[in-house]
Amino acid sequence: MELKQMLKITDLHATVGEADPKPILKGLSLEVQAGEVHAIMGPNGAGKSTLANVLGGKPGYDVTSGSVEFMGQDLFDLDPHERAATGLFLGFQYPVEIPGVSNVQFLREALNAQRKFRGEEPLSGGEFLKLAKEKAALLKMDMEMLKRQVNVGFSGGEKKRAEMVQMGILDPKFAVLDETDSGLDIDALRIVGEGINSIMRAPDKGVLLITHYQRLLDVVKPDKVSILADGRIVQTGGPELALRLEDEGYDAVMA
Amino acid sequence: MTQIATLPTRRDEAWRYADIDAVERLGLAGISEWQDIAVPAGETKRTCMVVGGDAPEVTRIRMSVGDGGRAEVFATSAGDDYTRLEIEVTLGKGAHFEFGGVTIGGGDATREFVTQTVHAQPDATSNQIVRSVHWGTAAGNFLGEIKVARHAQKTDAAQDFKGLLLEAGASANAVPQLEIFADDVKCAHGATVGQLDEAARFYMAARGLSPEMARRLLVQAFIGDAFVELEDEESREKLLEAALSKLEGKL
Repeated sequence: MELKQMLKITDLHATVGEADPKPILKGLSLEVQAGEVHAIMGPNGAGKSTLANVLGGKPGYDVTSGSVEFMGQDLFDLDPHERAATGLFLGFQYPVEIPGVSNVQFLREALNAQRKFRGEEPLSGGEFLKLAKEKAALLKMDMEMLKRQVNVGFSGGEKKRAEMVQMGILDPKFAVLDETDSGLDIDALRIVGEGINSIMRAPDKGVLLITHYQRLLDVVKPDKVSILADGRIVQTGGPELALRLEDEGYDAVMA
Repeated sequence: MTQIATLPTRRDEAWRYADIDAVERLGLAGISEWQDIAVPAGETKRTCMVVGGDAPEVTRIRMSVGDGGRAEVFATSAGDDYTRLEIEVTLGKGAHFEFGGVTIGGGDATREFVTQTVHAQPDATSNQIVRSVHWGTAAGNFLGEIKVARHAQKTDAAQDFKGLLLEAGASANAVPQLEIFADDVKCAHGATVGQLDEAARFYMAARGLSPEMARRLLVQAFIGDAFVELEDEESREKLLEAALSKLEGKL
């Protein structure tokens, strides 16, 4: 079977900070094929969030060398909003509060902006609400929460669940999820994990799942697991690699 | 207020941040006209207005609100030249004054709201919310004077100003001024000036909104506070649109 490549990162170097740039990614290479969930694990400070932010195009990060091909395009040719419209979803470790803007308005405008970019017709208010209701139910989120301001007054767990509702509504081709499991209790973790499965487990989709814990990987079973340490991928294996990490720790596995 | 016989200068407190050159272009005749609005006891009168244009403009309104009456003024100031909306309101017993204003725009124009709220009788309340969004070297000002007479006990007056500067050369000025002679009153005022939230902008971009759309949505949320108390949806939409259309193609 021929594998369809979704994301190909080659020898990526990136720094953070403008005045005194600090190298974080130091030659990172990684590939994700369509239909794959690829988990990234690694000790604190290894560059996991930097990887997510560089892929999303967050200001403040500077790519000094290397390349990223995303669905056949040079990712760095695209502005952040164009990356989203092309099918990239960045799940935030710390979702941002936007006072005065409701989830419904935010997501409808975002979805229709993406559709317009792709040359598709916008969804009407009614069509959008139907879709939103369906995805909220999937994540067991009350529709009333979606009428509230974006992430304002949401608990840590509610913010993460709202991220997944957003992902369901926007229906991306590829998701980069940055510690989506942090701050979740056991039940919420299962709901979020099953949400990821039902939204992103498809032959034409891919996921880069950044996590610290095996627990999420029990629900979202990864096809591949890579260890990110000191700015590069030092080891890649199957799901058993995550189990070994859980048992033995990074130092022992990487030794 | 007595009729002015000479043009105001920067030394006049209420004209401190005004564009004096523009005032001179208008001349005495251009700034001396007052509109009088009387709100009878127990009644409500609402005024919605979009002020400002290609030339300097000064609009002055004098209101008197009878006992238990309610005066509401909502305004968007989005002209391309000096624009001043001045409101002098005198409140009867238990009356209320509600003001919601937005100044928005770039260039080098000064857009300002100047209010004088006289709590002449007990139990009156007033609430004023102003939002200013500017770029270029434009300025947005809110000069709000509140006077509480000696026997106007239980007065409750509030002023809230927030400025949002989209470019480094723009400015916002808030000048609350309180003159209180009664001892059992509540007068609150707050002022902040800031920039667009970078984290929110990136978050919105990551969901597919272009920088222009993200800015429009954030500005809409920011200025929305000024019209929260405006119950007529159609008027609210009109004032919001007059403000937001200013953003298009301007940055």
